[in-house]
Amino acid sequence: MSKISMTVNGKAVTAEVEDRTLLVHLLRDHLNLTGTHVGCDTSQCGACIVHIDGRAVKSCTTLVGQANGANITTIEGISKGDELHPMQAAFRDNHGLQCGYCTPGMIMSAIDIVHRHGGDLDEETVRQELEGNICRCTGYHNIVKSVLDAASRMKVAQAAE
Amino acid sequence: MGIEGIGASVVRKEDRRFITGKGRYVDDIKIIGMTYAHFVRSPHAHAKIKSIDVEAAKAMPGVVDVLTGQQIVDDKVGNLICGWAIHSKDGSAMKMGAWPAMAPETVRFVGQAVAVVIAESKNLARDAAEAVVVDYEELPAAADIKAAIAPGAPQLHPEAPGNIVYDWEIGDQKAVDEAFGKAANVVSFELTNNRLVPNAMEPRAAIADYDSAEEHFTLYTTSQNPHVARLVLSAFYNIAPEHKLRVVAPDVGGGFGSKIFIYPEEMVALWASKKVGRAVKWTGDRSEAFLTDAHGRDHVSKAELAFDKDNKMLALRVTTHANFGAYMSLFSSSVPTYLYATLLSGQYNIPAIYTEVIGVYTNTTPVDAYRGAGRPEACYLLERLVETAARQLKVDPAELRRKNFITQFPHQTPVIMAYDIGDFNASLDAALKAADYAGFPARKAKAKAEGKLRGLGFSCYIEACGIAPSKAVGSLGAGVGLWESAEVRVNPVGTIEILTGSHSHGQGHETTFAQLVADRLGIPINQVSIVHGDTDKVQFGMGTYGSRSAAVGMSAIFKAMEKVEAKAKKIAAHQLEASEGDIVIENGEFKVTGTDKSIALPMVALAAYTAHNLPDGMEPGLKESAFYDPTNFTFPAGSYICELEVDPGTGKTSFVSFVAVDDFGRLINPMIVEGQVHGGLVQGIGQALLENAIYDDTGQLVTASFMDYAMPRADDVPSFKVSHTETLCPGNPLGVKGCGEAGAIGASAAVINAITDAIGNNKLEMPATPDRVWHAIHAA
Ligand code: FES
Ligand code: FES
Repeated sequence: MSKISMTVNGKAVTAEVEDRTLLVHLLRDHLNLTGTHVGCDTSQCGACIVHIDGRAVKSCTTLVGQANGANITTIEGISKGDELHPMQAAFRDNHGLQCGYCTPGMIMSAIDIVHRHGGDLDEETVRQELEGNICRCTGYHNIVKSVLDAASRMKVAQAAE
Repeated sequence: MGIEGIGASVVRKEDRRFITGKGRYVDDIKIIGMTYAHFVRSPHAHAKIKSIDVEAAKAMPGVVDVLTGQQIVDDKVGNLICGWAIHSKDGSAMKMGAWPAMAPETVRFVGQAVAVVIAESKNLARDAAEAVVVDYEELPAAADIKAAIAPGAPQLHPEAPGNIVYDWEIGDQKAVDEAFGKAANVVSFELTNNRLVPNAMEPRAAIADYDSAEEHFTLYTTSQNPHVARLVLSAFYNIAPEHKLRVVAPDVGGGFGSKIFIYPEEMVALWASKKVGRAVKWTGDRSEAFLTDAHGRDHVSKAELAFDKDNKMLALRVTTHANFGAYMSLFSSSVPTYLYATLLSGQYNIPAIYTEVIGVYTNTTPVDAYRGAGRPEACYLLERLVETAARQLKVDPAELRRKNFITQFPHQTPVIMAYDIGDFNASLDAALKAADYAGFPARKAKAKAEGKLRGLGFSCYIEACGIAPSKAVGSLGAGVGLWESAEVRVNPVGTIEILTGSHSHGQGHETTFAQLVADRLGIPINQVSIVHGDTDKVQFGMGTYGSRSAAVGMSAIFKAMEKVEAKAKKIAAHQLEASEGDIVIENGEFKVTGTDKSIALPMVALAAYTAHNLPDGMEPGLKESAFYDPTNFTFPAGSYICELEVDPGTGKTSFVSFVAVDDFGRLINPMIVEGQVHGGLVQGIGQALLENAIYDDTGQLVTASFMDYAMPRADDVPSFKVSHTETLCPGNPLGVKGCGEAGAIGASAAVINAITDAIGNNKLEMPATPDRVWHAIHAA
């Protein structure tokens, strides 16, 4: 057992967990942040993606110890109160989700993609960058549309800041 | 109508919870005192269980109990059933082997459960499962159809000699033989429809909670049809009588058919919960999904199509071997028969069809309905045959299709189906235009100059949805009726709850069903909520599969709405001192035509519940229910055109464009319909290019993870050009046909027809991996 402490969605968190605990299980089982999902056991699907210190990481492949002291953001932590993050709004407006299971991971991954590329994204880049996120419902068409839409919304928002 | 009514692309009401991480899937639910189950599964495809030693596991920390297959048999929990009785051509009933929820004596596929550990945490259950010692005596395995039907093959079930479940036929063999005798040309073909793993992104899960005081069970489960689950668990598996079992299917992360069936794990969780006196949670991991979710497709077929001298189709003859895996899953028997062979007429006027289907047991995971279920297999076979015929007869593939299209409706095919309406020329014309077919030869020549092989392939599919008229399916052997139920509750302040037997696991019912209400009453969709997925709340309903929720589920809501409106009009007329026939409903108000007198819906609802001033003899309240039984199947149809390029050096395929033109009848929410098409297309493209469940000779599933089974990723597939033509379905009040499966049915043939066109070699099986395509290029 180890004692860990980290910041999750802006709140300081401490927990006493088995050393083999994965970050995704800490989030889901101990912190009740069930928006982060598990879709596979081989680190392929991306349903579990969260941000660790601002970068998209698969929380199913991260031991809690590796995230000790880090700043974690999950899908529950990206909107400002009632105001959706532009990526969330773009997924809704472009019908970028169906069953919603892959969606939190997609959104967390997509935010990171936009951050890394700035607003300069094209369809091909988005498709390549989403290689680590599997969706079985949407056929990706509307996910790609959502990410491109959000990229321009985020560019506008940034310009306004 | 209005901006939120039928035909409006309204953004989905349910999305907010999913994009903010507030969806509530089974694994998100916690119950106080809950324990965790982990299954001990067979590593062998076929073996006798000599002994199981659970003592070491039981002694491990945190272990509550370890239960075995023999115990579940001793407790008289019923065997799993197959709910559709098929008879062989000699009249004999299908030959089914017993399928206990955990194997007491013999295992017949890798991954079959033999014991379950119940522990205080998931990790402790997993650790203890490692300590369960099972002594197996390995038996030879039959890993595919060919091995299973070979002389001297290992026998799976004593009930099924030669591993044959049934040898079924449909159509007029004599008429077909005669037609072939007169044919000017015959095109023949052998092909495999590759085996697929559904892989909904949410793995299956179950939480069973037994209340000993009430002798009552609650089951939270990943189900497309919670009432059917309750019925089967009660009536056949002896878990509990229906009124002592509540089944809840909350948010469900995709189904595609794989969550229709009632699996061993839910049964064991319920049974174990009573045995250990605590709630039991089981959440499958992806490896378990690969090994235990019912797989799809897996046919081997021979097909021949006869033409007269004018290239008119005369007859079709098909023999199909269908792999059922090791046990008959819930609806498996119907998939290669009534959901497959009945669609082999496609969009064509084929005067005579004869099909023989042989169902085969193998030492593999059970096979059942997966998105499209039988219809993708039918479309793939027929559309490859037609494209092959066009090449052999040296005619334009579009023209050959057009020449043979059915143009008069209703049309009775020789294989049961009576097509009610359609316009196949309209969808083909629209697709040709969208794909710029006329410009293709120039594009092909240009690609050739650049060293690329360009090809174009068609697929003109038809499917039977709106499953299904109860009397018809009953006469064909179904164990259930396939109607749907609905209840409309107008609350005393005028908001509305719709309770439906349909279940949404991505389809967007919370929005589209509310749009129907908005359309009829002229109220905003946010005043309507949709309740589904809980047997304690909703009256018995049949659930969602076979693209039935619009055509059947919404038709039930439509009927219940009509009853509610009729009563509300009576109340309004009484309140307004007008005649009932003069009342019209507009923008949430009941108006007296030609006057300025009106009363708003909330006031009508309030009057219904206060009951201070109702017409004489009227019961208080404003709530009605309805059951809707379809009168026919619906027949969505369309034309898909795929254009792609193959790199002759690597065999790699790249999409140039993919055009889909579908006729789904009336569209409720075009945005959602297009999303359904996109998803289906990618599953069809996945089958054509990437996906393949491969077993080795010993029955090990070689492709049992996302590292080995190629799921389509964003960079494997194109964006799509999706559009619609419309013939309204005459069989239901909304004129809708269903859109959930079309893409998965039509896409694979278009892709393979395009590749074979590009490379000039028709011998190519799915998935058309670069390796296979490269070999096909260089064999040509
Ligand atoms: S659950 Fe983390 S990648 Fe699949
Ligand atoms: S929306 Fe269902 S898996 Fe992506």
